Amino acid sequence: MNLLPFTPYLAFAGAGLTLLVGSRRATWARWIALATALATALFGLFAARVFVASAELQSLVDVSWIPLLGVRYHLAVDGISMTLVVLTGIAATAGVLFSWNIEKRPGAFFAFYLALIGGVYGVFLSADALLFFVFYEIAIVPKYFLIAIWGSGEREYGAMKLALYSFAGSALVLAGLLWLASTAPVQSFSFDDLAAAATQVGCGEARIMFALVFFGFAILAGLFPFHTWAPTGHVAAPTGASMLLAGVVMKLGAYGCLRIALPLFPAAFSFWQPMIAALAVTGIIYAGLIALVQDDLKFVIGYSSVSHMGFVLLGLAAANLRSVSGAVLQMFSHGVIAGLLFAVVGRMVYDRTHTRKLEELRTWPLHRLMPFAAVVFVLAALASMGMPGFSGFPAELSILLGAWRTSPWASVAAILGVVIAAAFTLRAVQVAFFGRTTATPGELVSVQPLPPISLPERLGAGLLLGAAVLIGLKPDLLLNWIIPSLHSPQFLQVITGGGS
Amino acid sequence: MNLNHVELARALSPEAALTLGALLVLGIDLIFFKRAQPSVRLRSASLTAAAAIVTAFVFSFCNHASPTALESVLALDKLAVATRCGALGLSFLVLGITSLAPTPRHSAEYIALLLFATAGITLMAVAQHLLVAFLALELTSLSLYALVAFDTHRREATEAALKYFLFGGVSAAFLLFSFSLLYGLTGAVDLRGVAHALAHQNGSPLLALALVMMLVAFGYKTAAAPFHLWAPDAYQGAPTPIAALIASGSKLGGLIMFSRLLWPSLLTGTAANDSAHSGLAWLSTLALLSAASLVLGNIAALAQSNIRRLLAYSAIAHAGSLLLGVMIAGPAGAGPLYYYALTYGIATAGAFGVIAAVERNASCQQISDLAGLSRRSPLLAGCLLVFILSLAGIPPLAGFFGKFFVFSAALKVGGLAAWEGQLALAAILLSVVSLYYYLLVLKQAWITPVADNAAGQIRVSPVGAIALVLAASAIVLLGVFPNYLLGGV
Repeated sequence: MNLLPFTPYLAFAGAGLTLLVGSRRATWARWIALATALATALFGLFAARVFVASAELQSLVDVSWIPLLGVRYHLAVDGISMTLVVLTGIAATAGVLFSWNIEKRPGAFFAFYLALIGGVYGVFLSADALLFFVFYEIAIVPKYFLIAIWGSGEREYGAMKLALYSFAGSALVLAGLLWLASTAPVQSFSFDDLAAAATQVGCGEARIMFALVFFGFAILAGLFPFHTWAPTGHVAAPTGASMLLAGVVMKLGAYGCLRIALPLFPAAFSFWQPMIAALAVTGIIYAGLIALVQDDLKFVIGYSSVSHMGFVLLGLAAANLRSVSGAVLQMFSHGVIAGLLFAVVGRMVYDRTHTRKLEELRTWPLHRLMPFAAVVFVLAALASMGMPGFSGFPAELSILLGAWRTSPWASVAAILGVVIAAAFTLRAVQVAFFGRTTATPGELVSVQPLPPISLPERLGAGLLLGAAVLIGLKPDLLLNWIIPSLHSPQFLQVITGGGS
Repeated sequence: MNLNHVELARALSPEAALTLGALLVLGIDLIFFKRAQPSVRLRSASLTAAAAIVTAFVFSFCNHASPTALESVLALDKLAVATRCGALGLSFLVLGITSLAPTPRHSAEYIALLLFATAGITLMAVAQHLLVAFLALELTSLSLYALVAFDTHRREATEAALKYFLFGGVSAAFLLFSFSLLYGLTGAVDLRGVAHALAHQNGSPLLALALVMMLVAFGYKTAAAPFHLWAPDAYQGAPTPIAALIASGSKLGGLIMFSRLLWPSLLTGTAANDSAHSGLAWLSTLALLSAASLVLGNIAALAQSNIRRLLAYSAIAHAGSLLLGVMIAGPAGAGPLYYYALTYGIATAGAFGVIAAVERNASCQQISDLAGLSRRSPLLAGCLLVFILSLAGIPPLAGFFGKFFVFSAALKVGGLAAWEGQLALAAILLSVVSLYYYLLVLKQAWITPVADNAAGQIRVSPVGAIALVLAASAIVLLGVFPNYLLGGV
């Protein structure tokens, strides 16, 4: 029996349970949250074990929901959603482990956290545009509270900015989808019926509809110039939430672009394609350059997320089999690596040193005080730079190769982005962890020892690092799911063979 | 006209139950509780009123058969039954909120007026005759004027009531003038007769005048810009449960009644055909009102620091979408409008209920008075979260589907080329603005810590708690299963 359809509800039930029992007993809240996240992850992995990718969405549940408007409760899975479901399971579990030290209202924290995860699972499993949208918005609201209550720094500003940008994006999507659905002869929001309706729409209208839907989703994916919410929001967020937001929630936007915007409007997409590619490349380079001059370690990671999501969007914009499969792989890869980076910076470093300023971190000999954190951060940084052996390598390589076929100039510019990424990542590693390599032993003694790295942190880091290495060494595990799914009729309208 | 008294009694049994209930409330209080504690008097009056509302609900629910002899006066179609039941449900919620709010000084009169207002609203739901419509409207309005002024020792209450009364009186005059013009043009006072006569004569300038005057009264009733000026003051000065009633039940009844007046086709249950639809001049006026309300409500709400005024401006913004629902009630049926108005009513009344509960301890006027609510009463904070998010239109709560049904029907009318489609697009984009001020409310309740001088835990009366939890569950359930409500109209 396939348990996947229950994952969103398992998460929602876990959210309700932590809210009920967690307000008094912090330990219970943590264990319930961990059990829930782990159970959803296991549901995903069990489903993945028996999953055979094919060129179609495999229906899980399909019942009528709002018959008057032709809305169906339709959950389905293909290789792309399977990849992202597995990612969500890993990131959610790791996020709980890195939130183990939340002392302030832990019940409410994990309730919002699990509600967010439930919404995310729902989005990845939805095969009806309206259902997709409903889950998509369910995932927006908890973000605000997670950041505004448990965040640090300018948390209320960051939370509001993030919520308004996300909501603005979803309003654009809703406008586009409703407009498209209103032209359809039959009342329906299923992907197939909407696609059929889109073929009847005039060229000019279709371009506007595509722009509404695509850019609406792309706001959440951090497309330049709509990316500014991402660094402020992710930096202000508590660690577990940063990991989820950068790791998984940004993927909702990219997934929406891929699942809804592209297949619905193939012709309009080709009109906007150069523009999207240009914005994606600008985002890669611009965010990389900004990351290079940040004096806050978490902002470096925040901007690096935008830069890496630029690769995902470039992969989508290039629209061939190699680049798009690379984009999906990059979604997974960035999900675990960004999670890991935020975990090290937010949980391991900031919670112990209480500073994220590179100027101040420079004076701490962190590599001696926290060797574990230093090792993990170096590995994560290597993965983030796209070193072979980590998941970022096959992902970015296949995006660049794919983009080369469609728009060589974009590919060349993006390679420049890779170089910049190496520069800002190495700078962060060097300054934050190896700032005072020349310190004398006497100086080292004067620094107080920091609390040791706890077991949940080690487990979480191991989980994320393991996923990054596993996919880095054997990307076929995911590509065997992704590539067959991209051969579905809907995708073949937009995605060219690309010689893979 | 030969009147069948049995049929009349059956058709008006809910109103009769409410009126009898009101008289019983007054009588019981006068005879048995003259020297009792105010809280005891309130409890006895509320119990009687609850019984009356439940009886009226059962009567209206079982009262499907449309009386043939009365069809020119009363409509008892599905829409009327649904509106009656919805309005009674909202009044029941308001009664629950009354138990949360500070006890009024003359509880029996207060509750009796509440029942009279409810009777007026249910009568609005079935009115099919110009005079019945006017009577129903006035019955509701007069009761509400008195209720708004109920706290006579508070100056704002008097100011609010005076404002509400003056605006209401003028708009009633407009409505009556409009009716008299309609009668002069057609020689009929029942809607079918009016529609029939109008169909057979050319458009007259007097008809346009009559419709514009009707829209003035309509704009007042729904608090649409530019006839909204009373709303912020009335919401601020009225006792909280009464503000909830003005925002919810009275609005639902008014919207349905005016939709019937404007769309004679609703009576027959058939959708208007396209040519008839596009030729209606009042639609463009209504579209202007709707656009003005959407913009003004959403923008002005940003600047509010008083929670009641914020809810008032949010009501004005919602009135913009509700008017859009009225505009599409002809081509698409009143289902979306009804669903939107009812779920909006539940959410906004619920939000006022939370304010009422907070008010019991200390004054609750500013948004910042809600600070630390999640610690002072997790139940209230949770309910407020549901109500406010529903007002903001976040799925899967009912508020989202209300907007969704109205907007998708509006876009169906003529895509983005039509007024309706453009308004729907504007409303969707302005909902982003609205999220900001709704989040400001939730920020106070959930994020800002308790101010030093604020009291500790808020005690919520069990009845009120049940009412709020029921309302919040209704918002969630009607959102997850919207078909139950939408299919009923």
